Amino acid sequence: MKQPTPRPDAVPPSRRDFLRAGAAVATITLAPGVTLTAFGGSAEAEADANHRWGLLVDAGKCDPDCSACVSACSQENGWHDTGHPETDAQWIRKVDLTEIATGRELSLPVMCQHCESPPCVDVCPTGASFRRADGIVLVDKHICIGCRYCMMACPFKARSFIHETVPDADKRSFAPRGRGTVESCTLCVHRVDAGRVPACVEACAATGHNAILFGDLNDPESEISKALAQYPSMALRDDLGLDPGVRYAGL
Amino acid sequence: MIRLPHLLALIALPVLLAAAASAGQDRALWPEVPKAIGTPHPEGNEYWRRHHPDLLRHDRDLTLRMGDRTVRASLRQCLVCHAVTGPDARPVAAGDPGGFCAVCHEYAAVSIDCFTCHKATPDARGLRVIEKARAMGNTPETATMIADYLEALQKGTAFAPQPEATE
Repeated sequence: MKQPTPRPDAVPPSRRDFLRAGAAVATITLAPGVTLTAFGGSAEAEADANHRWGLLVDAGKCDPDCSACVSACSQENGWHDTGHPETDAQWIRKVDLTEIATGRELSLPVMCQHCESPPCVDVCPTGASFRRADGIVLVDKHICIGCRYCMMACPFKARSFIHETVPDADKRSFAPRGRGTVESCTLCVHRVDAGRVPACVEACAATGHNAILFGDLNDPESEISKALAQYPSMALRDDLGLDPGVRYAGL
Repeated sequence: MIRLPHLLALIALPVLLAAAASAGQDRALWPEVPKAIGTPHPEGNEYWRRHHPDLLRHDRDLTLRMGDRTVRASLRQCLVCHAVTGPDARPVAAGDPGGFCAVCHEYAAVSIDCFTCHKATPDARGLRVIEKARAMGNTPETATMIADYLEALQKGTAFAPQPEATE
């Protein structure tokens, strides 16, 4: 990538805090031989390999009649039904399960599982599907060509393709989405970067169910790590060895 | 075969162009860039006119891939100061005819892909800031208010809670 020409030295540091005192230098590799060098950047809010963001869904606490997480996600990120159920976006969906032998019924939300080894990233021909240093799996819509290989590769059916033009009124300024690209749960990355919890987690807590826990899997002191250490939990399709960031309890 | 109406049009074209040029040279020859609110870019307009594609492209990768929300060129922030109010008193989408980006991009015949995905108008809170700023006029308080909002956008505090659906 071509580096932008440096700006005149007259830029006051306050403008974008770009010339922050003790600014760190970071280099990321976009493609072999192509690097992007960044000066500055905030320490706490950035994608940082010291964190691994994850969710713990407790199926025992999830109410089969409640879909607050789904509507909160839809409201937050601006996706909704367009009257074509086969192709409509589904960043998060409620799945109802019945155990055949016993008749035990379960309901749980399923979204992008934010895998440590994501198959969607493996198959992407352009590098648009990527995993951030903190474990959040995203689509770079700037370079997504809409081939939909990732949709086929995902064992959780977490991704969807935008078939129709998205009206400006439906768009959210922090969650760009447009026709011809693939999308999925972003773990509300704009909220996470601002130190907040994803919309689904907030909505679930607001209903009083508290079935979804968000936190840092790398921090042994976090609520989610403590819960994972204390109670049995599992990953969906554990057999695939993808090490998802989303874990389920009570399955 | 050149038919009569075509011939007439060919003859009329240079005459019309000359008339337009003499009527208002600036209007006819160069796009009229809409005025922005807030503090001017310290780097100057010429710098931004020349370098905005590089700045936007570079900073989008920083934000998306590294989670840096404090970048200098953020589309969300551009849209606040550079909103153009349409006849219905609402901001014109930046890529639509009359919008801030379209004015030059149409002149240069360069298409804009940004707004296929990105929102081309400010969010609800941005709209309130713009409305207030226009009412206050060009005062230091206006500049401070806009700067505060832009800073909130950077820190993410302007995300909460979502009133956009009711816009």
